[in-house]
Amino acid sequence: MKQEGKKHIWSNYQKEIAEDRYFYVRSCIRQTFFPGSENTFLKILREVLGKDVHESPNHTTCTGIGYHCEVVPFATTQTVVARNFALMRDAGYQNYTPSCVTSFGIYTEILDTWQHFPAEKEKTRAFLKQATGREFEEPNSLAHTSDIIYKFRNEIAQKAKYQLINSETGEPLKIVEHIGCHYAKMFPEKSVGGAEYPNVLAGMIDAWGGNVIDYPERRHCCGFGFRQYLIQANRGYSMSASKKKFESMEAYQPDFIITNCPGCNYFLDRWQYVLAETEQKTYGSNGYGIPVLTYEEVAGLVLGFDPWEMGMQMHQIDVEPLLKKMGIKYNASEKFKGPQGQELGLPEFPEHVKFTTQSDN
Amino acid sequence: MKDFGFSPMKNKVLNFDELNHDFHQWIAIQDSSFNLCIACGTCASTCSAGSYTHFSFRELCKDIRWGNAEKAMKESEKCMLCGKCSIACPRNINTRNIIKMVRKAAKTSPL
Repeated sequence: MKQEGKKHIWSNYQKEIAEDRYFYVRSCIRQTFFPGSENTFLKILREVLGKDVHESPNHTTCTGIGYHCEVVPFATTQTVVARNFALMRDAGYQNYTPSCVTSFGIYTEILDTWQHFPAEKEKTRAFLKQATGREFEEPNSLAHTSDIIYKFRNEIAQKAKYQLINSETGEPLKIVEHIGCHYAKMFPEKSVGGAEYPNVLAGMIDAWGGNVIDYPERRHCCGFGFRQYLIQANRGYSMSASKKKFESMEAYQPDFIITNCPGCNYFLDRWQYVLAETEQKTYGSNGYGIPVLTYEEVAGLVLGFDPWEMGMQMHQIDVEPLLKKMGIKYNASEKFKGPQGQELGLPEFPEHVKFTTQSDN
Repeated sequence: MKDFGFSPMKNKVLNFDELNHDFHQWIAIQDSSFNLCIACGTCASTCSAGSYTHFSFRELCKDIRWGNAEKAMKESEKCMLCGKCSIACPRNINTRNIIKMVRKAAKTSPL
C-alpha cells in the first residue's frame, strides 16, 4: 500500500478533540446509577487539568431514551437538542461535551441530519424560535467525555498516584474494555478509532499501565437495548447478551471491566447480580463478580481520589477486592457514610455473589 | 432462587462456535466488504423490494453469518438489484455484489 493512501485511511480513524472550554451536559441516568462519576469528571478537568468546563442548570435531556423507544418524534428531539445548543452559545462556549453515549449518538445523528437535510435544520430553527424565542448555532466540536479523558490520558498518567497494576504481583491488571454501541457503531468516523479499532478506552488502559484483554465477544453489545429493558418480559434478551460476554471473557480472568456508556455500565454490573441470584453463577474469582467501572472512576482511582467520594459503593458488584489488588488506601468504615459522615444504613446484600461488608475487613 | 420475571432464554442463545461458517467465509472471500456490516438495517429500511415483500438484506446477512445458506439463497431471489442499499450503506458495503454472490452460490454450489 502507498504510504499516502495509508495515512489517508488512518486519518479516518482519528478525531479532533477540543483543547479547552467545554460546555458539559450531564446524563439523565448516570447520576442515579453511578452518582459520583460525573462529578469526578468535573474534578479531573477543573482541578487536575485546569480546564474551563461550563454547566448550565437549564440544560435538559436530549430525549434519547424516548426517541429510541419511538415515543418522542424526531422533530421534537431536534428542537430539544437545538435548545441545548442555544444554551451553549448563550454561555459563550463552542465545544459541546455530553456525558452520555446515547446523547452523543443523538447529537451526532442530528448534526449529520442537518448536514444532509438543511431543510430539517431550518424547520428546527423555526420550531425553537416559536417555542422558546431562542436561536441556536451548531457547536464547533462535539466530543464525548470519554474522548476528553482519552485526550488527556498521558497528562493523567503523569499525575497518577496509582497504576493499573496488581500491587502484590507487580503484573498489569487484566482489563476488559467495553464501548457503547452509540459511541462508535453508528457514526464510526466521529469516534476515536472507528468501529473497527475503537481506542478510546484501550488507550486509557495502556497509558495507565493495564493490559487490555482481547476476548472473542469483545465487540458484542451489552444487550442494554432501550426496547429490551423497558419491558420486563424482554429483559431476558438483554441479560442473554451480557451473559454471552461474561462467558466469553471469564476464561481470561479479568480484574475489572471499564465502559464509556451508562447503559453498558449499569447492565454489565446489575446482570451479574441477577445471573448469580437465578443461576448461582459468578464470573469473578472466589465468588465475587467482575467489577464494572466507568472511565471517570478508573481515572479517579489512578489519581488517588477517594473511592467512596466517587460513589463506588453504589456498584452492585463489590469493588473492594479490586481496590485491595491495586494497593489503594481507603477507609472501609466510610463505605456507607454520607458526605458529612452520617450513617446511611447498610444495603440488602446479595445471596449468591460476594459483597465485602465491614466485618470482612 | 429469586424470580425476576425474566430469564437468560437459554433455548434462544446461539453459539457461534457451533455454527457452520463455510458459507459466510465463502461470501467474505468473494467480497470482503461483507465483514464490515454492523447490522444497522439502513439497507433494509431503504429497500424497494422490502416495501412489497418480506425481503431484508439485514436478515440475509444474519442468515449468512448463522450458516443458513439455503434460506439466504432463497431470499436473495426477491432482490431487484436496484443497488439503492449500496448507496445508503454507512459502511460502504457492496450489498448488490453480495446478493449476486449469494445467487451465484445457488447456481454453482461452490461448497
